[in-house]
Amino acid sequence: MAGVQVANVSRSFGAHKALDDVSIDFADGGFYALLGPSGSGKTTLLRQIAGFDFPDSGRIAIGGESVERVPVEKRRIGMVFQNYALFPNMSVADNVAFGLSVRGEPKATIAMEVQRALDLVQLGKLGARKPHQLSGGQRQRVALARAIVTKPRVLLLDEPLGALDKALRVDMQIELKRIQREIGITTIFVTHDQEEALTMSDRIGILRDGRLVQEGPPEEIYDRPQSEFAATFLGDANIFRGDATGSGIKLPDGTTIAASTGASVPAGAKASCAVRPERIQISTGAAKPDPANANTLKGQVSKRIFAGNNSTYFVDRDGQTLKVIVQNTGAERLAEGEPVVLSWSPDSTVLIAAA
Amino acid sequence: MADQLAIGSRRGLRPALPLLLPAYLWLTVAIFLPLSAMAFFSFMTDLPLAGKEWTFTLGNYAAFFSQSLYSTLLFASLRLGLEVTLWCVVIGYPAAYVLAKVLKGRSREAIFLLVILPFWSNGLVRIFSWAMVLREGGILDTALNAVLPFKINIDLMYSYPAVIIGLVHSYVPYMVLTCYLTLQAIDDSLIEAGRSLGASRRQVLWRVIIPLSMPGLIAGAALIFVPVVGSFMEPRILGGRTGTFYGTVIEDQFVAVFNWPLGAALSFILLAVVLIILALAAPVLRRAG
Ligand SMILES: Nc1ncnc2c1ncn2[C@@H]1O[C@H](COP(=O)(O)OP(=O)(O)O)[C@@H](O)[C@H]1O
Ligand SMILES: [Mg+2]
Repeated sequence: MAGVQVANVSRSFGAHKALDDVSIDFADGGFYALLGPSGSGKTTLLRQIAGFDFPDSGRIAIGGESVERVPVEKRRIGMVFQNYALFPNMSVADNVAFGLSVRGEPKATIAMEVQRALDLVQLGKLGARKPHQLSGGQRQRVALARAIVTKPRVLLLDEPLGALDKALRVDMQIELKRIQREIGITTIFVTHDQEEALTMSDRIGILRDGRLVQEGPPEEIYDRPQSEFAATFLGDANIFRGDATGSGIKLPDGTTIAASTGASVPAGAKASCAVRPERIQISTGAAKPDPANANTLKGQVSKRIFAGNNSTYFVDRDGQTLKVIVQNTGAERLAEGEPVVLSWSPDSTVLIAAA
Repeated sequence: MADQLAIGSRRGLRPALPLLLPAYLWLTVAIFLPLSAMAFFSFMTDLPLAGKEWTFTLGNYAAFFSQSLYSTLLFASLRLGLEVTLWCVVIGYPAAYVLAKVLKGRSREAIFLLVILPFWSNGLVRIFSWAMVLREGGILDTALNAVLPFKINIDLMYSYPAVIIGLVHSYVPYMVLTCYLTLQAIDDSLIEAGRSLGASRRQVLWRVIIPLSMPGLIAGAALIFVPVVGSFMEPRILGGRTGTFYGTVIEDQFVAVFNWPLGAALSFILLAVVLIILALAAPVLRRAG
């Protein structure tokens, strides 16, 4: 097992910078999600680490060993492809055995290791089947078993659950996480699904247009996004834009919003504030907001979406629509069109320097 | 659901009949009728032309077994078919690989055209061009002697290699096309998956790409082997006196000796042998694929 260091890696296709000076340290044994919209360079980064493609500049090391000149087959990586890429002419067992067999392992060892890997992904009895006789989820498991049976130093997964339906995807998330813990392999997981990234990984790197926007544990990125993009791509956020005051921002209409987390921006500079919808308290004019909620705004409910355990309110305020999520506690529900007061704490307000 | 599909497909056959009819009619007229006529001839003592007397006989088939010349020539032709097919694999498969997996865009189209070109040129023109290249004092001889510091004599004309060269050139496009189609269908991610699992390029080729392109290789081999075994034009023109093969003997019966019944019988023996070979090869090849 080993960590992966990516340092100042750039890769261009023609004039298009698919990766622009990306540096990430993937810790040994960690589960790392690369998150970003389509075309942000996730696959390109994964392919540099795997060795299918080579950076124009920058360095990549696996387990402390520089791999720039090491071909794919010598990098000792395991890769799971989005379309599974199972060999259609081979049985499930032969697919899993492939990596061991090209290394010339003895037949008895191969048979034993293959069975162990198939058992690990709970496909112990399906070794004789051909890939086309399996369901999508089962193929996914075979691809995983095939990738880990050779005991690679790093496991690379490119949107491995993208083709599965929602329920199966959640099952596979849990399953994948269990297997990763069990064998303790360094895992780099590419996804465009923010929920998947949040629930599965120890750390997340957010990519946008080939640049690493922010990197850190999920809680940190969620609670202290450093850009509007990070705030809105990972979870939902209400964004206010204005001029920095030193302790928050002043909106164009003169309202001030206090923020006690996030960047420090010199007074007078352009800045924005991000607030998560579930951190905002919504009340009718009569009720008193929590005294700790120093930030208050008046607005009008334009829409309510009931989702069982919670409700989402869309509140119009001065041309902006704000989103508020309220847990269903059985309290009185607000009607559409009702005037309301929104309040929240400066602790829940993240100050972001303008890009 | 499955029931509905089955009913649907059974219903689907009847409206398709008028569409299929012309094809079946054509097959009947173009293949079945002439073939039955030939089968009929092969059991006759003489052609029923110009009021000649004829009776039924098995003599034409017996001739094949009583004279060792025919079976010797048949073996020579089978060997020729095998060699030409092998050369077509050796030349055509790598070409198809480069076309399908290495070249992209315009350069692919250009090379493709070069491969197909012999298809579009007349067979006789093709063979006589080779004759000009291969004979002593021909293009190959002159060109080599112009470059090389010492004098060599290249006269491949009227030799076995000349026949092979002519046939391979005529038939290699089949191999390129069938292999190109199967190679094209192999997803690049399969190759990458193989490499990520520790296989070198060569191992990926032998364990993944070649097994997956087996259908194309088999189709190409069948398309080449069968006509080459019966070929007569290339052996006659490029092989000269060394170019006597089973196919040329059959041709002689039809155009020189006018012994159509013997020619027909020899043709049906060839057909039977080729079918037996294909039938024997099928299970082996299927397992390999
Ligand atoms: N081989 C290539 N040739 C040209 N452009 C490419 C190639 N691979 C990727 N790109 C471009 O690089 C950008 C990033 O692609 P990719 O890494 O696949 O994004 P993601 O996986 O995040 O969706 C895209 O704009 C894509 O079009
Ligand atoms: Mg991608």
